[in-house]
Amino acid sequence: MAELAAVIASTHHPFYHRASTATGADRPPFADEWVAKIERFRETLTAAEPDVLVMVGSDHFHQLWLDNMPQFLVGKAPFFDANFYNEEREFGLPRMTLRGQEDLAAHLLRDGLDRDFDLAFSNELRIDHSITCPIITLRPQADLPIVPVYTNIFAPPLPRPRRFVQLGRALREMVESWDSDQRVAIIGTGHLSLELGGPRQFGEHGPDPEFDRKAVEWIASGDIEGCLAEVTLDSLHSPGNATHGFMDFMLMMGVAGEGRKADHVDTLDLFHTMEAYFTWYPQGDPR
Amino acid sequence: MSRYLLDKFLYTVDRDPELVERYRADPAGTVEWWEAEMAGRLLNCTGDERTTWLSFTEDERRALREHDHVTLFQMGAHPFLTLTLFIAMFERDHGPLEYQRAYGKAMAHIPMPYPDITT
Repeated sequence: MAELAAVIASTHHPFYHRASTATGADRPPFADEWVAKIERFRETLTAAEPDVLVMVGSDHFHQLWLDNMPQFLVGKAPFFDANFYNEEREFGLPRMTLRGQEDLAAHLLRDGLDRDFDLAFSNELRIDHSITCPIITLRPQADLPIVPVYTNIFAPPLPRPRRFVQLGRALREMVESWDSDQRVAIIGTGHLSLELGGPRQFGEHGPDPEFDRKAVEWIASGDIEGCLAEVTLDSLHSPGNATHGFMDFMLMMGVAGEGRKADHVDTLDLFHTMEAYFTWYPQGDPR
Repeated sequence: MSRYLLDKFLYTVDRDPELVERYRADPAGTVEWWEAEMAGRLLNCTGDERTTWLSFTEDERRALREHDHVTLFQMGAHPFLTLTLFIAMFERDHGPLEYQRAYGKAMAHIPMPYPDITT
């Protein structure tokens, strides 16, 4: 059976690419510290020696739209083109093409349906920065095949937080039941507190540093039940109007497992939002 | 009121570089043209399969014509769509992050909970 080589949860900050490549007067003062943290984070994936990446993210109204909106969707295709015109325009993100791993995608769809997750699928999916940002930060050579898994954290009505955790738990079992000798890393990205298009956006810190502190503690310690006891669809409005992206972190806590402490934890307090990076090694730390 | 149609306007304009410029330069003309030609276009179907029943209220037309992001927020337009499109149109006229911060400050009087964005 396939081996789960690493579980990684991260924020996906679309400005990292521009900040990390800027030079001279254009380079923001926090860029060097940010790059150093990302390089340490990248080493945690490299050390796991993965063959394939399951990438959990959320389309930001790029290909998926309100006339036909899936809650959870698996991309099954030989290739995935990536990034959209408005991401080039606003963030300077490059166009990319990533290989797909169709055997694993087919297995996740079949096994997921049989586990009562009515997963949608796409055979022609253009992926956005929720998946390309962690490729840029964690695997910039973009040489490994991927299986994208999209969640709806964006267009209500949304699935509840517990469903994200359940899908994470199932996703791990599904990967571990894949009849393959490949080493799989599951990488998911979301947000801590975040406000987009509302009064609290683009402040000196994230909109709710206290929520961020608690969220990092829940994730780092694997406190799924403590997190579920406090986090609801309604409660997530109060740290910031885009904080429902935290449910992708909850999905990744489900992948990592109850009470499972992260083997790598790092944060960076930036304007507008806090960055947070976590890695778990289910088979033991290879470093 | 149709939050869905407001979102559809913001979505279809934001993803088209020519429409972004047209909406910046001629908001009234773009909104009138869009409602007549684009509002009923079912995005994943051929042009003949038009939706027959979608239209804006006069208040929605006015908010779009006036580039009034505060009213759009209060109407429950999806804030990510509004922000992304308005940054594309107006960030160029300001210093770094100046536009984004002014955009938020203009909404400082809006209390929690924010308007529902469910469609």
